[in-house]
Amino acid sequence: MDKFRMIFQFLQSNQESFMNGICGIMALASAQMYSAFDFNCPCLPRYNLAYGLGILLVPPFILLLLGFVLNNNVSMLAEEWRRPQGQRGKDPAVLRYMFCSMAQRAMIAPAVWVSVTLLDGKCITCAFCTSVPVETLGNASHPGLSQGEMKRVLARIPCKEIYDGQELIANEVAIRYLRCISQALGWCFVLLMTMLAFLVRSLRPCFTQAAFLKSRYWSHYIDIERKLFDETCAEHARSFAKVCIQQFFEGMSTDLAAAHRHPPRKAPADAGEAAEKLLGIIDQGTMNTALKSWHRCKPPLHLHPPALPSGNGWAGEEQPPVHPPVPRREMAAYYSRV
Amino acid sequence: MDRFRMIFQYFQSNSESVMNGICGLLALASVKIYTCFDFSCPCLPWYNMAYGLGIMFVPPITLFVCGLILNRQSLVMLEEWRRPQGHRKKDLAVIRYMCFSIMQRAMVAPVVWIVVTLLDGKCLICAFSGSVDPEKFVGFANIGPVQVQQLLAKVPCKDDELMRNNTSRKAVSRYLRCWSQALGWSILLILIVAVFLARWLRPCFNQATLLQARHWSNYIDIEQKIFEETCCEHSRLFAHKCILHFFKSMRQEIKLHSFSLPRQGEGAEGGEDLLWGITDQDQVNKLLKMWYYEKPPLDISRVTQR
Repeated sequence: MDKFRMIFQFLQSNQESFMNGICGIMALASAQMYSAFDFNCPCLPRYNLAYGLGILLVPPFILLLLGFVLNNNVSMLAEEWRRPQGQRGKDPAVLRYMFCSMAQRAMIAPAVWVSVTLLDGKCITCAFCTSVPVETLGNASHPGLSQGEMKRVLARIPCKEIYDGQELIANEVAIRYLRCISQALGWCFVLLMTMLAFLVRSLRPCFTQAAFLKSRYWSHYIDIERKLFDETCAEHARSFAKVCIQQFFEGMSTDLAAAHRHPPRKAPADAGEAAEKLLGIIDQGTMNTALKSWHRCKPPLHLHPPALPSGNGWAGEEQPPVHPPVPRREMAAYYSRV
Repeated sequence: MDRFRMIFQYFQSNSESVMNGICGLLALASVKIYTCFDFSCPCLPWYNMAYGLGIMFVPPITLFVCGLILNRQSLVMLEEWRRPQGHRKKDLAVIRYMCFSIMQRAMVAPVVWIVVTLLDGKCLICAFSGSVDPEKFVGFANIGPVQVQQLLAKVPCKDDELMRNNTSRKAVSRYLRCWSQALGWSILLILIVAVFLARWLRPCFNQATLLQARHWSNYIDIEQKIFEETCCEHSRLFAHKCILHFFKSMRQEIKLHSFSLPRQGEGAEGGEDLLWGITDQDQVNKLLKMWYYEKPPLDISRVTQR
């Protein structure tokens, strides 16, 4: 059990840092994705808004979902939420704690994308170039342009090569104006997010510290219990398989000996370990038969009890079917030791 | 216990260095963000001041709050401040010490941002280009007030068509940058002198109180870490016992209700001990189903009392 203890202590103490690491990697990935992305404003009146806002809002949503998917604890939360109550009560505070801590980590990459997008300015410039205040920044009295025509001209602001409204409003002036607004929005967004994170972290010790300690303990417990159960089942499966295969080989060797009408060859008492491991199969024909039998007719998932000393070498009788046991009434207490 | 001791000694000696490391990283990050940030002055009369001063002051506030969030000790301090008194008195000097040391570390990144901004000069040029006296510069003298404001607002934009070949623009730019850099270096000098004096003169005042406050603030920090570690250890043991109890109760149920051949006793189980008497596909399925539908209660008092 020492090995388990080491592994679980490592996982436990590092579970938080592991999740923080994934969170940081996703944030960096989102910044990198943005810089690698080739932003191409369509420069058409209604398409601009759709494209700009789409690039601003759709990738963060995808990153949020990805953040939930990559988090190992999502399945744990779902399992705990959906399990039948049985003998152990469910504590909604624990579920809330688990969900909140996952949501906090998943929100970081989308927030980074939105901040980087706003601070860069291209999206807002593309989306809102038709709403530039031409009266204050340019010559609104420029003759001969209907509303639709003006919108078409303004929509080409982000595309410097095809912009033809220099008399209406200078291209650089409009872009500078829009970028200034975008960057101001970006910094305000970053400040708001940081303040929110600060409030969430600092209000907790002021109001709900005891409940928080309880929820944290039991959510860690559920995680550890699940891992430990999986490990125990894996150990059981390993032993089960070992005994099953051992019994298969023994059964095979006994069968063949019975077919050839001589007693099964038992390894002599003073033989080495290697002879024991041969399990009575010591010639090519027997081995081939064993391999064929393994493929054609795998043994049932049912282990025989160890052979009795009365000499009946072949403990091959089927066990009588196990009756489904009556569930025992145990105490149904959600017993917290915190 | 040896391993625990090693881990906690590491935490003790490195709690300060971890926090100093984070502080340094934030300062580097602030310089990096400033260099990556694409500063573009709007070059419009009222917007310049708002933009310039905004870029100079809003990111430092964000960095300061970030510094508070990333510092683990701020949570420890808040918990200590808000906890009910109980059996342990609260020492305000310790809380003050912790608060002070947290603030000191959180202020490094904002100061770095402000100093870098001033030394670079773009922010001040953008914010105050409309506030210079136009009479001092040949190209802007003798122009109507409204127009001169418009022109001065365009000084930070080198590529603007009006400003491209304007020599007075360069003069205004140099003038403002000179002021900006002077301000930047002065602030840096004042801060360093203040820090120097604070470190050298501190031992002259209340050294004993300081030592006590530092000791007890370290203690509170370590006590919380050890409490968390002990809770983890306890929950691991709890889970271990709970699962063992579950498997044992399954084995007992199977023994109770099956008609298997009598076993040779516990001794013969040897290497099959890990099978818990579960030797059948149906029994395994039943165990897994029980685990999902009826998790055992969180009560191992019967197991531990044996």
